[in-house]
Parts: sequence; C-alpha cells; structure tokens
Amino acid sequence: MTEGRPLIEATGLVKRFGSFTAVDGIDLSVRAGEAFGFLGPNGAGKSSTMRMIGCVSPVTAGELRILGLDPARDGPAIRARLGVCPQSDNLDPELTVAENLTTYARFFGIPRKVARARAAELLDFVQLGERAGSKVEPLSGGMKRRLTIARALINEPEVVLLDEPTTGLDPQARHLVWERLFRLKQRGVTLVLTTHYMDEAEQLCDRLVVMDAGRIVAEGSPRDLIARHSTREVVELRFLAESQEVFVDKLAGIGSRVEALPDRVLLYVDDGDAAVATVHDRALSPASVLVRRSSLEDVFLHLTGRTLVD
Amino acid sequence: MVALVLPRLISFEGPVRRSMSVAERNAAALRSAYWLVMISGFVEPVVYLLSIGIGVGGLVGDLTLPSGAVVDYAAFVAPAMLASAAMSGALAEATFNFFGKMKYMRLYEGMLATPVRPFEIALGELAWAMVRGSLYSAAFLVVMVALDLTTVGRALLAFPAAVLVGFAFGSLGMAFSTFMRSWQDFDLMGSAQFALFLFSGTFVPAESYHPALRWLVEVTPLYRAVDLIRGISIGTDEVLGGLIDVGYLLLVTAAGLVIAGRRMTTLLCK
Repeated sequence: MTEGRPLIEATGLVKRFGSFTAVDGIDLSVRAGEAFGFLGPNGAGKSSTMRMIGCVSPVTAGELRILGLDPARDGPAIRARLGVCPQSDNLDPELTVAENLTTYARFFGIPRKVARARAAELLDFVQLGERAGSKVEPLSGGMKRRLTIARALINEPEVVLLDEPTTGLDPQARHLVWERLFRLKQRGVTLVLTTHYMDEAEQLCDRLVVMDAGRIVAEGSPRDLIARHSTREVVELRFLAESQEVFVDKLAGIGSRVEALPDRVLLYVDDGDAAVATVHDRALSPASVLVRRSSLEDVFLHLTGRTLVD
Repeated sequence: MVALVLPRLISFEGPVRRSMSVAERNAAALRSAYWLVMISGFVEPVVYLLSIGIGVGGLVGDLTLPSGAVVDYAAFVAPAMLASAAMSGALAEATFNFFGKMKYMRLYEGMLATPVRPFEIALGELAWAMVRGSLYSAAFLVVMVALDLTTVGRALLAFPAAVLVGFAFGSLGMAFSTFMRSWQDFDLMGSAQFALFLFSGTFVPAESYHPALRWLVEVTPLYRAVDLIRGISIGTDEVLGGLIDVGYLLLVTAAGLVIAGRRMTTLLCK
C-alpha cells in the first residue's frame, strides 16, 4: 500500500521553543525499507526532529506526514505503527526485564498471550533471554539499550526511530547493537536514526542528512557525501614545530584543500602517494605521514565546522 | 484493504482500554514492600478513631447535631475518619507516586511513545489510585460496623460515597502534582492536607465555627466529603445536601482530570 510513497515526508518543517528555533525549515522524505540517518553535532535539531516524527512534539510550522497521516490529528494511530528507542533509556525500574516488554505491549492493546510470546522472542533476539526475570537496575548500559530496542519492536512497527542508539556504549556493545539493527533492516523494517558517530552512519545508513543549527546542510548516501564534499584520500602530516599553521602556505596548491589543526595538517587529495612525493619535493620533512581514505568524518567536520558544541 | 483498515481499528479501540493498560502497569509493579505502605494508610485513621473518637469521645459524651439528632461522639467522628482515609489513600497514590513516575522514573515518556495519550495516563493513574482508596474505605467500614458505629446497610451505601471522595481527591492531587517543582513542594501540600483533616467538620461540627469561618470550612472538598458520608452513616437523610456534595465532588474530579491531562501535555509533549 505504501510502496513508492514515502513513509515520512516533511516540507519546511519548523520547531521553535519560545524564541529558540531548534529545527529551521527542513525538507526530507524517508522511503519504505531504507535506513535513514540524521547526522549532526549536539544541538543540531536531530532529537527535536525525531520527537516530531514520533508524534510527541507538536510541529510549529510546515508540513509533516507520517505513514500518510497527520501527526496532529492521528497521533495515536501513527504511534501504534512506530517503534521508538529514545536517547536515554526510560525503562520501568519497578518491573522485570520481561515485564517491561509485556506491560509495554498492553499500551498497544496487544493481548497478553501474544505479548508474552513476542517478549520471549524479542529477548532472544537481543540476547537477553537469560535475564528475563531480572530487574532492570543491575543491567549494563548495553543490555538496557538492547532491552529498549526490544521494547520498541513489541508492536511489530513499520518504522523504528532510534535516537543515538549507541551513545555511551562500549565497543563490544555497540557492535552487537549494530548487528541487530542490520538484521532488522534486512527484514524490511524502515530505520530512522540519529547519530554523531561517523562509523555508525557509514555502517547503517543507506541515506543520510547532515544537520547543523537546525538546517540540513547536505544529503545523500555516505559514499555520495564523501565524493561530493571531500576528496578520495586525506594525507595527515605532523610537523615538529610550535604551530602547524605556518606550513599551510608552504603546502598550498597540493590537492584541493589544506587544513591546519593544532597537532597536524590535513591535505585533501585524490592521490595520497603523489601528494606525499610533492611534499618531499618541496623539501618539507614532516615527522609523521599518514595516507588514508576520506571518511564521513571529514565531510562532517568540513560541513559543520570544528568548533566544539556542548 | 485489511492492511489499511486494521491498524486504524487497533489504534482507535478506545481511550478507556488505553487508560486501563496504564492501571495494569501498576498492578504488575505491585511488590511486597508496597503492601507495607498500603497498610500504614489504613492504620492511621483507625488510630485516630480509637484515640479521639472513643478516647476523647468518652469525655465529650453524646453530641446534639443541628438537626436535633443525638449521636455518640465516636459515631460522629468515624465517618469523618472514613472520608480522610479515602482522601489520603487517593492522594498518596496521585501525588507522591504520580510525581515520582513522571519526573524521576520518566515512565510517562515511554508510555507517550505508544498510542496512549496524556489524558488517558491521568485517567489510568486515577483509576489505580481509586483501587487503593477503595481498599482503605472498605477496610475502615468493616471496623465501623464491628464497633457498632453504623449499620451494615448504611455502610454499603457509604462505600460508593467514599469511592467518589477518593476520585475527587485523587484527581485534585494529580492536578496539583503537575505544578510541583520538587519534593519540597509536597511539604506544603502535606500541611494543607493536615489542616483540612483537622478543620473540615471532622472533630467539631462546622456550625460551631464563627459564621465568617464557617463558609470557608464548608467550601473545602473534605468538608463536602465528610458531610456526605456522615449524612449516610448517621442517617440524617438530608437528600438535597447529599446531592450538592455529590455534585461538588464530581465537579472536582472532572476539573482535576482535565487540568492534569492538559498540564501533562504541556510538560511532556513539548
């Protein structure tokens, strides 16, 4: 029924809190079955957008359609078909792991018997089957996050919204979450996620938008974005000097861009080895040289700047 | 077609069902420690009844009501204790527990990501608070009958009245809780609750107050609750007065629920 039509469609979407504009007129469309990502620094408006899509935050201006419905009018009907994994876990500390799922199922009107069967299945899926009778409190961060993801799946949603699904998890826990999300995607579930981890976006997203200060500054597949906003390779040079800044002029003309960081200089080039040869030809001798492929991180930092945002 | 219609049917099957699922969550969370908390809420009014109703009552003797009826002081105080028990049971659930779930456990944020709406959460929590309030009332009525302070027939009639009292205070308490900033604010509420408990015609007939104060007493919800339940349990048979009390309590219930639902929307659906 929804084939070909976007599941989520926004035009000129705005969210204001008093005089502060969190989301400043964004357009986007998410198609069925894709994994769509919002990438951006803290305060870029990712979570505000997610809350509007989750129908828990009213739209200030613009158009938003989710599953073809209007969130202002059909909130409960839309939420019945969404799964939401919020940024910080809000599991029920007074219930056991399994009860967290079965009780949540009841909010969707799922019969008790079905709820119990699904809960058991989902706990196996997120590898928490053995902790079914445990309280939530003693679980590790990774376990809690997996339980929250399982909870988001209890109503067999068509779209799953994940707000920073792996923030605060250790590397093992992150990889387990990624692997489970990848399986969901293979089953045809549409994933919408926010992240500020480049590797996460590259691993999981078919398509993403980069947000900064409430606006979308770039859009495309991870590969597209790298091709469009960065070069094929990046050369990282470290000089034994007080300031790396002074080398910018000496390196001018090599590649398409030269950027000085406090501890190194970055050359954005198509052929890393050729660029390194040119550096040596100019009689410059960096203490260390690293040639690497360009990553989403380069795109991200180029587009949103290197200033720290808290 | 089925794919188009079915999800709508499921999600629109009704606010009542969704409210009940909220109450169901509380039933699932029942643990042994909770029973201790509940027992304390029952013991308190019984202790007051024994100490003041029967203890002080022995000094006071019989009481002549404005209607001319003469009653034992314990029989005068008992319905007021019943009304306060219904009040404190409902308030405990609708204030402390409700506030904790909203602000610290952030339970409602999870619920609001489902089809459940803020008003339905308020309704579900109130229904749950009522279960607790009703248990207190039923237990207290058993004590009243056992001490021969009312008849079984009157006790059965007083029970739904006590449930209504619980509804009114539960709903009022929830509305107030949405304005609370921290636990400290509940101290104010505790004082207000105690003042109500002392001065709502509980231990002294309202008629004995100076007229200027009397209207203030008579306008408070606990006075209305005491008046209603005392009328039933002693049997003054003032039907009109009783109906006014019922109307007042229904109005408080409705207003509290609407305010709580609105405030929750403002606080949680930013």
